[in-house]
Amino acid sequence: MSAGAFLTGCTSNESSDKDEPAANDQPAADDKPGKPVTIGFAGPQADHGWLNAINDNAKKRAEKYSDVTLEITEGSNDTAQQIGQIETLINKKVDVLVILPADGKALTQVGLKAMRAGIPVINLDRIFNSPQAYRCWIGGDNYGMGLNAGHYIGEKLKDKKNARVIELAGLDNLELTKQRTQGFDDALKNYPNIKKVARQAAEFTVESGQAKMAQLLQAQPEFDALWNHDDDQGVGALRAIEQAGRDDFLMVGGAGALSAFQAIKADNGVLKATVLYPPTMAASAIDLARALGQSKGVGGLAEYEIPASITLYSAVVDKTNVDQYMSTGFK
Amino acid sequence: MTQPVSPPRDDRTGKVPPAGQAPAWRAVWSRADVRTLSLLGVLAVLVLIGGITKPDQFLDTRNLQLVLTQASVIGVVTVGMTFVITSGGIDLSVGAIVALASVWATTVATQEYGFGGILFTSIAVGVGCGLVNGVLIAYGGMVPFIATLAMLASARGLALQITEGRTQVVTVPSVLDLGERDAYVLGVPPLVLVFGVVTVIGWLLLNRTTFGRRTVAVGGNAEAARLAGIDVRRQRLYLYLLSGLCCGIAAFLLIVLSGSGQNTNGNLYELDAIAAAIIGGTLLTGGRGTIVGSVLGVLIFTTITNIFALNNLQSDVQQIAKGAIIVAAVLVQRRTASTT
Repeated sequence: MSAGAFLTGCTSNESSDKDEPAANDQPAADDKPGKPVTIGFAGPQADHGWLNAINDNAKKRAEKYSDVTLEITEGSNDTAQQIGQIETLINKKVDVLVILPADGKALTQVGLKAMRAGIPVINLDRIFNSPQAYRCWIGGDNYGMGLNAGHYIGEKLKDKKNARVIELAGLDNLELTKQRTQGFDDALKNYPNIKKVARQAAEFTVESGQAKMAQLLQAQPEFDALWNHDDDQGVGALRAIEQAGRDDFLMVGGAGALSAFQAIKADNGVLKATVLYPPTMAASAIDLARALGQSKGVGGLAEYEIPASITLYSAVVDKTNVDQYMSTGFK
Repeated sequence: MTQPVSPPRDDRTGKVPPAGQAPAWRAVWSRADVRTLSLLGVLAVLVLIGGITKPDQFLDTRNLQLVLTQASVIGVVTVGMTFVITSGGIDLSVGAIVALASVWATTVATQEYGFGGILFTSIAVGVGCGLVNGVLIAYGGMVPFIATLAMLASARGLALQITEGRTQVVTVPSVLDLGERDAYVLGVPPLVLVFGVVTVIGWLLLNRTTFGRRTVAVGGNAEAARLAGIDVRRQRLYLYLLSGLCCGIAAFLLIVLSGSGQNTNGNLYELDAIAAAIIGGTLLTGGRGTIVGSVLGVLIFTTITNIFALNNLQSDVQQIAKGAIIVAAVLVQRRTASTT
């Protein structure tokens, strides 16, 4: 994991004009050591490449600041256990909490509890039920991910008559999968010549990606493009494509794994692009937590306070810009 | 197809009726035949549904290869599970063992040893986990449910610790090539060949050897088996070793199939394998087991998944229908079996 290398330039804090950080008198956070801040970080179990990258990003970012102490809990997918861990952090009286809930809705109460105890909460990605449970939410855009994947494929196929597209979705039990599919469908509506002919849901695992893709390939002897929601299951999907000996279509991935970036750069297979769901958001969350703890604003913005909500952009990475993103790829 | 059976027990006394009651034996034997036939019937109906809804894609050699390949991994696990259930036990750790074996065998260090290293590690880890299960159950006196549940938790944990949640991609060409079309032997994928060999050996072992008869005897009535001079504990140890061995083989097949090792591998295999064995006609209470039934059970599940995918049905519909078909298959079996 080369988390260290990309930490420059992924947030706006390193703006060159440090002398005039913002249009107001409120100081913006910068790299200079300030008031010491203890940040509590609680996330789910890192059993997936992306979640692992989230933890790495948070840790590396915190190490960068001499004034930040990171109290990181053992990741847990169990709601009760995660609530317990966060309550421990509240009792330790950390200055700011960064929480990536295993289940956003189920952890709303403990978010509220922290806020009531006077500890501002940065809610990372999976959103709490109530805005009262967090001071700032920062996360990815699942709908936008689908939208951008759809637009990319749409532009590639816009001159093709009766183009056929298939979708390999992630876990259907998750709301984010529905949002991604909705965005994808909405984008494709702009291209009347394109029809989505099949959709199957895998489970974000290599094994399920291989199994579902093999079936999709058998079901669809001819199609022009494929959007796969997740690069981890994409490893399996690419294996199935290779085993079936198919190369007659364009594939777009999702999330931004290193293996996907490498395949896009090599440009010798069906995978031509991937839509980001950047794990760098965890590093940004640490920046926001530090700014909150030091009562500073965010550099580059005129606001006195850090925003209440930040939605990241799901950029499309293809051969033209893959080098720029290579260092953010997770294993 | 002959099926191994234990003498029917008297429900009240738990005693085995005296030998020499030929008519009772024959009734049980033919009931087993009807069971297999009804499973074949279910499979035939599924093939019909697939053939009608998607004739071009379903009735196709490539699709047959696909269905059998997808059935191979869980199929091998189910053969081992059938032995364990027949002996009155249960192995909840199969999915976790497959996960652990597949990640252990695909670490950078293991991959340096090439094909042999990956194959050996898969099987050694499977057998090792099976050995722990067996010792805990046979000699530690632990209930199989608890011992294998503990193995499930720790093997999954260890698999996660090894991978740190990362996908370990296999870079050994000879392993990857085994999953490609070029490796097919007369149109049969190597994975399917392995599945076939494991099935045949499993059938012979259960139906034609002392080992098989002992397994059935232990499941039918462990106390009676002990009194008859069978070393019940050693038999149990061997059975969990066998299940672990099957998991190790399945892990290797999965590595070949997916070209990688991941700690999420083998997700819910325990439930799939138990369901396939039970649908096949193996008694959850032990004393009766059928390899042919189990394999048919696996094929039924894989065919259902295939038909759903070809017809582009979504996972919600798939899950509902799968549940309904399990109930229907078992009910049909009960009915046909009780009318003979």
